Amino acid sequence: MSIGFILQQIINGFSLGSMYALIAIGYTLVYGVLRLINFAHGDIMMVGAFMAFIFFKILGLNFYVAVLFSIIFTAIVGILTYVSAYKPLLDKGAPKISLLITAIGISFFLESLFNVIANQYLGGTYQAFYFPKWFSHIIHIGNVTIPVLTIIVPVLTLLLLGVVLFILYKTKVGIAIRALAFDITTVKLMGANSNMIIAFVFALGSALAAIGGIAYAMAYPSIDPYMGMLVGLKAFAAAVVGGIGSVTGAVIGGFILGFAEVAIPGFFPELGGWKDAFAFIFLIFVLLFKPTGIMGIDFERQRF
Amino acid sequence: MMSAKKYFALIAAVTAVFIAFLYFSPKLFNSYTLIVLGNIYIFIILAVSYNLINGVTGQFSLEPNGFVAIGAYVTAILMLSPEVKEELYMLAEPLPLIRDVFLPNPFLTLLISGIVAALVALTLAFPVFRVRGDYLAIVTLGFGFIIRIFLINNPEISNGSMGLDSIPGFASYFWIGIACLLTVILIYNVVYSKYGRAMKAVRDDEDAALAMGVNTFKIKTLAFMTSAFFEGVGGGLLASSIGAISPDQFTFMLTFQLLIIIVLGGLGSMSGAILGTILVLGGMELLRPLDDANWHLGSIHGIPGLRMVIFSLLLLLIMLFARRGLLGDKEIWDYFKLKKNGVK
Repeated sequence: MSIGFILQQIINGFSLGSMYALIAIGYTLVYGVLRLINFAHGDIMMVGAFMAFIFFKILGLNFYVAVLFSIIFTAIVGILTYVSAYKPLLDKGAPKISLLITAIGISFFLESLFNVIANQYLGGTYQAFYFPKWFSHIIHIGNVTIPVLTIIVPVLTLLLLGVVLFILYKTKVGIAIRALAFDITTVKLMGANSNMIIAFVFALGSALAAIGGIAYAMAYPSIDPYMGMLVGLKAFAAAVVGGIGSVTGAVIGGFILGFAEVAIPGFFPELGGWKDAFAFIFLIFVLLFKPTGIMGIDFERQRF
Repeated sequence: MMSAKKYFALIAAVTAVFIAFLYFSPKLFNSYTLIVLGNIYIFIILAVSYNLINGVTGQFSLEPNGFVAIGAYVTAILMLSPEVKEELYMLAEPLPLIRDVFLPNPFLTLLISGIVAALVALTLAFPVFRVRGDYLAIVTLGFGFIIRIFLINNPEISNGSMGLDSIPGFASYFWIGIACLLTVILIYNVVYSKYGRAMKAVRDDEDAALAMGVNTFKIKTLAFMTSAFFEGVGGGLLASSIGAISPDQFTFMLTFQLLIIIVLGGLGSMSGAILGTILVLGGMELLRPLDDANWHLGSIHGIPGLRMVIFSLLLLLIMLFARRGLLGDKEIWDYFKLKKNGVK
């Protein structure tokens, strides 16, 4: 087993991990503020990838413009899901499980809607994803071959993590988000517009999910309406492994899971079939020893 | 609390009416309706037993798909003869134990399917109930997934992703109905027993229940095992009524479907679980024309896949207006005041 091979596995793992990380941040933010497992978040990621495809391939926009439009569109979809589905329930103090069913309902709705769109207008459920060639350009270092994409995505993820941390800790809206996560009732009493802040959280999380989804679609150049389901659940597992409610934890969890999913079958090929289960196996182990995750916050005792 | 005599009279009446319905339904309905009804009975078994752990005990478990899969596979392996298995297992030679085990008795087979599922639940209880709430949800979701991956990756036990077919169809319409009736009566008796009250205490305030001397871990494990037992039996019936099983039938979608059913009906309500099953499965059947391109209503045409779009929209609307499900945590007879001052 050469050093080059090991290096290659590590790079591939970080690349996949950063996609999970981007999606996991959205889970963590929403969970931190609303204590809601947003099961529709994986499908928000799918919407991001599909809209980039539609803007670029079908409407013929420039790729970068298409990506930008897709991010904006997905952020709006995120806000719409909050305003139309979660907010009415939250306002009336519905039990948490009703919110969860609503999240599953939105997940089914987005999946089946894009399934119909894909079948009616794109000619099939599975679509090849197109993007500028230079992303798949390969850099050779010794006997290690690295596609440009696998370097860009982790770097971009770390940059975006910096942006999210900056927003959370240095801006007024960030202070408001952390205050909401700490005690939503008191913040409302203080006169803060909690709806605007939660809508912003959904927009931010959805925009990051869109970037993650587009990166995922580029790495496995294909998309389908159900792609978000398993990726979303793995990203949620990543958020919990990292300690749900902690943005840095989400990124760490994402990197760990991505790395495990690429490297373990790389080093132990006989475990290849278990690839999709690693996220959950890790999750169970981490929760057994550290019930609140690696960077976890014990929500029952303290918040943020 | 209604008197014991009245209670037995009520159960006897319900049983008689239902058995009469089962007996006469082949004369009343066409074969398509009978298949839908049979499916509804199996899902009532699954929903009512899932409701026991999720609604009555309040443990947000997301792994019925795993237990249903175990039940289905145990039934298939027990009912298929060694010769048939030799032919069926294409991806790998079956393990000698798996190949030789043969028990063509539907009743014993279903019982064993349930027991195996309950034993798996017992083993899982130790890691699972170390965590609570949302963490419990994600851990159980993980176990449900791992059971499925196990079935895919061990072809010498399960024939891997190819699944098993030619499973004897002992689960006829009539017997599925009887199994459904028995399950509902048995789980009703659990819910309204001493244990059932302890389960509700755990749901309402786990710490207080613990302080009052309820062994919460034992109660949770008991509920988990009972629920797994009936899910295993339901899985066995499902395997027999479909005749073929593969790991793809037991994904999160199955769990989510059951979750939708019990929350829609009213979490913690048995009659809610039954009502939810009838509405969800019946509704899905009624919406079926939407998938048919030849169907139209005025200028609206059916599009393949449109059914799920409309179904999820209806689900969202119902959740917006009935936030605690259709029946809440009450039973349907609570609304008719049949049961005065009953224990909830």
